[in-house]
Amino acid sequence: MDAFIHQVLSGLATGGIYASLALALVMIYQVTHLVNFAQGEMAMFSTYAAWSLINAGMGYWPAFLLTVLFAFALGVVIERVVIRPVEDAPVLAIVVIFIALLVILNSATGWIYSYTIKTFPSPFPKEPLFGNTYVSSHELGAIGVTLVVLVLLYVFFRFTPLGLAMRAVAQNPESSRLVGIRVGWMLALGWGLAAAVGAVAGMMIAPIVYLDPNMMGGILLYAFAAALLGGIESPFGAVLGGFVVGVLENVLGAYVIGNDLKLSVALGLIIGVLLVRPSGFFGRVHVTRV
Amino acid sequence: MTRRASIGVAVLLVIACLLLPFVVSNYRTFQFTLVLVYAIALLGLNILTGYNGQISLGHGAFYAIGAYTAAVLMDRLGAPYWATVPAAGAVCLVAGFLFGLPALRLEGLYLALATFALGVSMPQLLKYHHLEKWTGGVQGIVIAKPEPPAFLHEAGLRMNSDQWLYFFALTVAAVMFVLGWNLLRGRVGRALIAIRDQHIAAEAMGINSALYKSLAFGVSAMYTGVAGALGAIAVQYVAPDSFTIFLSLVFLVGIVVGGLASISGALYGALFIQFVPNVADEISKAAPWAIFGLFLIGFVYLMPTGVAGAVRMLLVRFTRKGAK
Amino acid sequence: MKSKLVPIAALLAAALASPATLAQKKYDPGASDTEIRIGNTNPYSGPASAYGTIGKTITAYFKMVDDQGGINGRKINFISYDDAYSPPKTVEMVRKLVEQDNVLFVFQTLGTPSNTAIHKYMNMKKVPQLHVATGASKWNDPKNFPWTMGWQPNYQTEARIYAKSILQTKPDVKIGVLYQNDDYGKDYLKGLKDGLGDKAAKAIVAEVSYEVSDPTVDSQIVQLQASGANVFFNVGTPKFAAQAIRKAYDIGWKPVQYLNNVSSSIGAVLTPAGLEKSVGIITTAYLKDYSDSQWANDPAVKRWESFMKKYYPTGDLNDSSNMYGYTVARTLEQVLKQCGDNLTRENVMKQAASMKGQYIDTLLPGITITTSDNDYAPIESVQMQRFNGKRWERFGEVMGN
Repeated sequence: MDAFIHQVLSGLATGGIYASLALALVMIYQVTHLVNFAQGEMAMFSTYAAWSLINAGMGYWPAFLLTVLFAFALGVVIERVVIRPVEDAPVLAIVVIFIALLVILNSATGWIYSYTIKTFPSPFPKEPLFGNTYVSSHELGAIGVTLVVLVLLYVFFRFTPLGLAMRAVAQNPESSRLVGIRVGWMLALGWGLAAAVGAVAGMMIAPIVYLDPNMMGGILLYAFAAALLGGIESPFGAVLGGFVVGVLENVLGAYVIGNDLKLSVALGLIIGVLLVRPSGFFGRVHVTRV
Repeated sequence: MTRRASIGVAVLLVIACLLLPFVVSNYRTFQFTLVLVYAIALLGLNILTGYNGQISLGHGAFYAIGAYTAAVLMDRLGAPYWATVPAAGAVCLVAGFLFGLPALRLEGLYLALATFALGVSMPQLLKYHHLEKWTGGVQGIVIAKPEPPAFLHEAGLRMNSDQWLYFFALTVAAVMFVLGWNLLRGRVGRALIAIRDQHIAAEAMGINSALYKSLAFGVSAMYTGVAGALGAIAVQYVAPDSFTIFLSLVFLVGIVVGGLASISGALYGALFIQFVPNVADEISKAAPWAIFGLFLIGFVYLMPTGVAGAVRMLLVRFTRKGAK
Repeated sequence: MKSKLVPIAALLAAALASPATLAQKKYDPGASDTEIRIGNTNPYSGPASAYGTIGKTITAYFKMVDDQGGINGRKINFISYDDAYSPPKTVEMVRKLVEQDNVLFVFQTLGTPSNTAIHKYMNMKKVPQLHVATGASKWNDPKNFPWTMGWQPNYQTEARIYAKSILQTKPDVKIGVLYQNDDYGKDYLKGLKDGLGDKAAKAIVAEVSYEVSDPTVDSQIVQLQASGANVFFNVGTPKFAAQAIRKAYDIGWKPVQYLNNVSSSIGAVLTPAGLEKSVGIITTAYLKDYSDSQWANDPAVKRWESFMKKYYPTGDLNDSSNMYGYTVARTLEQVLKQCGDNLTRENVMKQAASMKGQYIDTLLPGITITTSDNDYAPIESVQMQRFNGKRWERFGEVMGN
């Protein structure tokens, strides 16, 4: 029983990892109605920037803030320079651009920083809370940070004019333009914010999995699954989806199917759920118009 | 272009294809065999994604199934190599159709996730210990290289096995492309496109969208599976590491760069995915992927409708000028 | 004028054709008076690109050799292509090396699947596939594959050494194994089982695998702890090995830990895991570890360091792959020196197979390279060592088959 509880708690901790990146995917989807496959690599690249700053002697929090700003700028620049020129190309062409960004960032990071794993500092205490052996303080802290980001996103999209404008752009760019929203800048801002959310995720994930250019490979897939399971338009859904995926994966691996097939079976189950409930836990059902 | 001119170009192209292995080295012949293999796979993916609008991020899985079908038949059951190609096609037709049935309910991102999941899971399934007896597990299967058949030798045609394999692949590719051309230029092709562009309207017109969509999945998988079998025979080895998710992504890259919903696009795409990584590697050992990515962005910028689209536009411009 | 030249030319021709010179200089494709062409594939892109640094180190090393005048007066032309760790790409690139670039031989192609894909081809073509970069045991098979040779100690032998040590030290042993679900992980598992013999079924209480796409191995470590294992055999690559060591410590699991050699670097594995969490870990080694303070003033390691700084400044000094690449390149340099002016493929293989206790100074003391016509395993011995919180302490004798 103790082992089972341990697996569940450990699953929640890894689920927090998926949730944090899933939030970045939800963010970009809210604005563009696309899922950016390079989101994980952008987060990884930003985390390396943070690592460089901290290694150069900067304190954790200043480096954290500066990295979030850097990631925001990176997102805006990528949208303006790389995505804007192909805006009108077929969706699949844009997907290919995402793949290109993924390989460029991955390869360039490996070239600049080499592939050996690096430790990334945690802002949270080294000693586990209440002396427990289940979850480390960093894992708890990271979940806390994810929840804070979640609330911020929720408030942003629900209550701020900017957030509402962004959602409008994603839903209907033409009408938005007619009511005076600057669609181009909304997209760029959306990219920037998604990259910033991703950078926070990266800095929370790196202390757990170590910093290396390939750190996001598996995580992106789980985050993608989590976001869809929760409902790609819902930040709450994404976080919940993350936790569900984390726990599901651990329990399947330890007790049901074994570690070698747990990924396949977990994905199969998620797709099964989506077949029955195509909009996920919290997504809205869309009616298609001809 | 006038009809005569296009026939002339086609004849020249056929002659070039036939002469190629006698002009270039064995190693180049091998590379062009791979181009033919990828072209078949890309045509398959294009039927599904380009013509029918169903995205697949996991077509490498069907390529793997085709390759393993061929390898297992040859290695474990002693089947002749040529017989494994239709067998692999049949297996993948069924596999694709079955996968396509539940996928009917999934669209856009959800289908992307489902197919992505398939692509990621395939290497793990191939390694699965209960299947190891057949798949060889992590070690994979080494298969023998086919020799040119005896009747060629008796007819006085001397060929080495690389040249023979090229012609074998060329024949299969020709058959698959002619079949594809017939399929896509006719009623079925129009139905697939109608479903892609306006599926509700298409259904209203009496097109059985569910049937066509799962059929598209099956046929698409069959093409990719045939390619997988040919690829396995050419490389003479299959292993889980040959069919990672990157293979699936590269296929997607191939159809977009070559040209979506275009038959000739499959060939351009195949040339791209075969040769551009080598060019990138020549430019930089430090970060070859970064160079590859830049090439990709460049191609999409310059030719957003793919190479096939760009060629079409050039031809139109060329013929208009000619008319003046 | 013309008539005067003729006898000289004839004389020259005669001199060139004389049996003495012919006996001295013999060349196969890829070798000449001025150059030796060597082929290689490495994963510079793709999921295994971390290993690409080996190819870069070797390239840098031969650059240095050339700067110093080459080997026996010949420059080394080291041609290395990216295979993205994909066997079909390896086949293609190796065919390019052999058929188009006309290399004398192929050296240090990386990965068990990639090398398996070209194994038959190389032996059919009779082109040496020398010192392949994988620890599988199948490369030592001179009867069936006389043109293929490994280099590093093989995984199974290493695992058998751990099995022996476990049986000697723990009577009521319960072993938990964490392994990567691929050829490398499974080789270690097999070696361990072979080494334990008929005790294996009882001794191994849990074997759990991970995939390289897994973000963490936390769940696996919790499974191992729950199995009640008192010995932990950690068969992970650096990232996962470090995660495992850290997690085991954090959840209060205190088994005797055996760590596979691939992840024995202090700088790249134990430091990220936490040095205090790594105390007592047992591993084997055959190379000196730059990040281990006991070698801080070792002249050989110093030489390696200055080589890295001058010829491969972007390489990470803590990455043991760079020490590996340097040492294997020096092994090849020795082989080529022995070849002298007889640079045929046959002689390259013959010289590679006649190393008698060759010591290369970045190997641990006591580890030497020995090969013969029926022994194609250059390094067969390893040294056991235990981590004391600061450095590796070697113990026991150098062990081999």
